[in-house]
Amino acid sequence: MEKKKIVEIKNISMTYHTLDGETKAIKDINLNINKGEIVSLVGPSGCGKSTLLSIIAGLIEPTKGEILIKEKKIKGPNKEVGYMFQRDHLFEWRTIIENVLIGLEIQGRVNEKQYKNAENLLDIYGLSEFKESFPRQLSGGMRQRVALIRTLIVEPDLLLLDEPFSALDYQTRLAIADEIGIILKKEGKTALMVTHDISEAISVSDRVVVLSKRPATIKDIIPINLTCPGGVRTPMKCREAPEFRYYFNQIWKELDIHV
Amino acid sequence: MYNKNSKEHEKYLKKIKKRKRDIIITQILILVIWLLQWEITARLGWIDTFLTSSPSQIWKLFIDYAKGGHLFYHVGISVLETIVGFLIGTILGVLIAILLWWSDFLAKVLDPYLVVLNSLPKTALAPIIIIWVGAGYSGIIVTAITLSIVVTIMNVYSGFKNVDKDKIKLLETFGATKFQVLKKVVLPSSIPTIISTIKVNIGLSWVGVIVGEFLVSKAGIGYLIVYGGQVFKLDLVMMSVFILAIISAIMYQLIAFIERKLTKWQQ
Repeated sequence: MEKKKIVEIKNISMTYHTLDGETKAIKDINLNINKGEIVSLVGPSGCGKSTLLSIIAGLIEPTKGEILIKEKKIKGPNKEVGYMFQRDHLFEWRTIIENVLIGLEIQGRVNEKQYKNAENLLDIYGLSEFKESFPRQLSGGMRQRVALIRTLIVEPDLLLLDEPFSALDYQTRLAIADEIGIILKKEGKTALMVTHDISEAISVSDRVVVLSKRPATIKDIIPINLTCPGGVRTPMKCREAPEFRYYFNQIWKELDIHV
Repeated sequence: MYNKNSKEHEKYLKKIKKRKRDIIITQILILVIWLLQWEITARLGWIDTFLTSSPSQIWKLFIDYAKGGHLFYHVGISVLETIVGFLIGTILGVLIAILLWWSDFLAKVLDPYLVVLNSLPKTALAPIIIIWVGAGYSGIIVTAITLSIVVTIMNVYSGFKNVDKDKIKLLETFGATKFQVLKKVVLPSSIPTIISTIKVNIGLSWVGVIVGEFLVSKAGIGYLIVYGGQVFKLDLVMMSVFILAIISAIMYQLIAFIERKLTKWQQ
């Protein structure tokens, strides 16, 4: 099967300017992401992972380099990229269905068909009874699921996940990471995820990219091949794969963390 | 999920209800006892009714004024001035806050001026305003506006600034324009701030109107108070103050009612 490049990150560098001087956040990052692939970015805290996501989303302009999505250079925010945040950022004054539709509303694409689609997605992910509820009536895990639907419904070619589970408690986090991993695979979505959690990165992704300390460069790219029990690749099951420990140790060493 | 019929639950509900009732009864009792002691001490001659008036005198005066239609004339004028001043002050204040949010440069430029204006007691401007705008309703209304507008701008603007940056970023990833960001997230998430500003503004507009009426008017509650004071009719002054208290309480409740309607999602 030939892999189709969907995202090309070319020579990205980013320098921040403040009154105290300039900080090099990212240096010469090159990375391609193929269609249907889930790639994780791990790196020491404050190394510029989130900055890289913001650049890919077109929210900030890099000092050097360019991002191509489906061979088109991105300039500014665009609907090819969907962004999922650490916190769900549901709008408290909107009902669940209104929250799901916000992206389409911004893009002027709400219609009967899309509304049906939103209802359908809520139904699939077990949220249909909360359609008219307000976010505060939902649990943290449910809210993050709504946030995912809100991102998926605009049908982006690339999903950027910025530590999407880190605001959840540990058990919910495991369950939601598993669920979202399955959803992304089932829908054939391409995703780039920033995470601090090495296990999460290994269990969910096809490749793990290890970044160095600031200025962030790519230290290593580790393809993940797990023989998951039962041959089904779900993030939770894959944690039991025999290779899991090996990958964990490799990434841990690469991160080179000294406290 | 909830067992409504359980004995313990009923007991619990009763306890809550009783507490609520006790609070209301005590509140009413305080008012009644205060009025009673005022009336009794006045009748016994322990206090000088020339200086303090008495509840029954005030009530009698109230009935006279109400019958003659004077009362509604004066109250109507003051209420109208307050509402107009309050509406213009609030709406204009919110619009200017939007402008400052839109242009960071403008916000930075105007910041020191706003700070000075905010700390200045605006009532000091009332004589100037009345000379400039005119010694009628318009002067009084403008006085009321100057009282509420600066606070509105500062509170609402800081409310806008406190909107979660990531919520704005979220909309931007969908390709939202600045106007869409304003409409879909900045304004709706600032509704609680705007409402609490409105609550403050009602009181401030009343201050503006009363001060304005003290200075120039020939009608209104402020006029009644000043007139009553000058001719030493304390019952007139007291009655006006009572009416003022009651009306501003009603207005406050009205806003609280609107607040509940607008922030259903919080309950």
